[in-house]
Amino acid sequence: MRTSGFDPFDDDVLGPAPGGNGATRADGPESAGAEGAERDADPDRREGARTEEPVEPVEPVEPTLGVDLNGVRFPTPVIAASGCFNSGREMAELVDLSRLGGIVTKSVTLAPTKGLPTPRMAETDSGMLNAIGLQNPGVEEFLAKDGGFIARAPVPVVVSVAGRSIDEYLQVATLVRNLPNVVAIEANISCPNVERRNLVFACYPDLAAEVIGAVSRLTAIPVFAKLTADTTSIVEVAEACVRAGAHGLSLINTVLGMAIDVDSARPKLGAVTGGLSGPAIRPIAVRCIWQVSRALPGVPILGIGGVTRPRDAVELMMAGAWAVQVGTANFFDPSATATIADGVLEFLRDRGLASPAELRDLVQAPRELAAVAADRW
Amino acid sequence: MIRSRCEVLSVKRTGVYHSLTLVAPDIADRARPGQFVEVAMPGGRTFMLNRPFSIHQASRRGGFAGTLEVVFDVVGPGTEWLAEVEQHQQLDVIGPLGRSFQYPKGLRSCLLVGGGYGAAPLHFLAEELRAHDKDVSMIIGARSHERVFKPIESKRLATSLAITTEDGSLGERGRVTDVLPQMIARNHAEVVYACGPNPMLRAVAELCAGFKIPCQVAVEEMMACGLGVCWTCAVPLLSADGGSWWNVRACVEGPVFNGARVWWEQWLGPKPVEPVPVDAEDTDAGEAGPDAPGGAERTSAEGGEPEAPRQSAPRRDVAEASR
Repeated sequence: MRTSGFDPFDDDVLGPAPGGNGATRADGPESAGAEGAERDADPDRREGARTEEPVEPVEPVEPTLGVDLNGVRFPTPVIAASGCFNSGREMAELVDLSRLGGIVTKSVTLAPTKGLPTPRMAETDSGMLNAIGLQNPGVEEFLAKDGGFIARAPVPVVVSVAGRSIDEYLQVATLVRNLPNVVAIEANISCPNVERRNLVFACYPDLAAEVIGAVSRLTAIPVFAKLTADTTSIVEVAEACVRAGAHGLSLINTVLGMAIDVDSARPKLGAVTGGLSGPAIRPIAVRCIWQVSRALPGVPILGIGGVTRPRDAVELMMAGAWAVQVGTANFFDPSATATIADGVLEFLRDRGLASPAELRDLVQAPRELAAVAADRW
Repeated sequence: MIRSRCEVLSVKRTGVYHSLTLVAPDIADRARPGQFVEVAMPGGRTFMLNRPFSIHQASRRGGFAGTLEVVFDVVGPGTEWLAEVEQHQQLDVIGPLGRSFQYPKGLRSCLLVGGGYGAAPLHFLAEELRAHDKDVSMIIGARSHERVFKPIESKRLATSLAITTEDGSLGERGRVTDVLPQMIARNHAEVVYACGPNPMLRAVAELCAGFKIPCQVAVEEMMACGLGVCWTCAVPLLSADGGSWWNVRACVEGPVFNGARVWWEQWLGPKPVEPVPVDAEDTDAGEAGPDAPGGAERTSAEGGEPEAPRQSAPRRDVAEASR
């Protein structure tokens, strides 16, 4: 490392934001948004409002978007996924956050994590690979920087927690659980960009259960276990997590992949392998959600994987998801999470469905074939 | 930052490069040199990510609606599609993004160094600097003459201009760093601004450190969003005392950085073997010194146009730079 003594342009990028250059980023949520979220946050309240003025019997019932995941409520079933939205501060300039179902934060770890070397991203057909390596400033700085924003956000927030040991998950979860407006913790036990596979706890039912059990027991807040398709049996892992105390399941994380630049004969990612996301993985997500929801009826599932359009969100919910998360689409359309929810509402209205929950009962596969499919892992 | 549907006012060719002028009054009003925009790709294709482009020109609202001009090379499916867009077509654009170049208070003589179409944002910068009564000199370089960006306009913008090509087809044979020491000396340069392939920026920054001249570089790195949420465009930056470092985002904390703060070795790997420096008079400059003319073989990654995978660009068409 080398540094020169003079510095007329000491731009101090490691310090507070510079004054010049229009660096006026919104520090708080838009106030108009907060009311909107409150209005939509409670589906029951909408029902209540309707009973005051009886609806004409011939009028079709306007569907509600609110979802209730056994007590964890979101105003819409379309939520911004972890690692694709930060805590929402940057995106607040481009989308009204109160239109989102919720925000899952970028994963936070106990200690500051510098992450992996570049290139960290490679675009692939209908998707992209990333290998960030969980870069984040650590839970202390996360709370200092984003805590206030999260507490005032006009949407429910789920904090994603990652770690290298049970103790790390516990410490982080303990520190973030009391933040106002945090409705759940998502335990990211499936990030593929770690140095050893046995740190991907969601690859192994017993390791997954240990982490989820500890976090669920010791932090009185609903815990969603984020699972990966890269395991022998995602159903076994899901069952182990639920037995250990998971409130619900988030699936799937990115799928471990790799791309090579054939001209230079080099891997396209600095870390060689990385997580594949985007529409390319949607069928894998649909399959996983289907299998897990058949095996564990009644367990809330947050479906994730390649949702870029309203129909994709509907597909994941028909497979068995109670709500969905939108990841990669945020990168090229910052309002994707909001507009997909609008499209889901339209879909429900067109089909005469009252709520997203009704989508889960629609798919009729022959019973014996469904059983075989659920067993085919 | 603003997101808006922008009409394509004109499409042009500049040497081997393409240029798009967009009607984007709100973005143009706020744009400053060094900043970039993200252009959305059409739906229903296998390439989805927005493409980042640095701003070559921004004309603010006058008699006509404000416009933005971006310059790019066709390096993948995204830029291939963009090269085919037609006048009056609408594009989905987000900008202006990132931090701009900063103007030197109390310093007057500015030297601008551009590699390939990395020179594009320097035109915007040169005009702003001149409007601030600064002296502007310029070095532009590329692999060959058709890749030297707008040499004639550069001559109009700069009081002193040097051109280098690696094949000698225009200007001096060599790289921008070969002529940088004499251009610094001749123009009494007090500050250097550079944009181009990362290895070039590294060589320029190290030279400037040797000459004890501040240097601002506009870097490129693979980015998925350009908005600060994906954390792919990481650049390792040293703390002011050099004692610690952190990966910052090229899209938010950059793309313009103090060249002395970028930890090049961590970012780009070990430095390629350097030829013997010529300016023996300043021993401090030795390590970062310029190549000896006709000296040892240069590594292909140094200066001028890059070899694959990293494209030369103000902001190269990132998502596909690995072609």
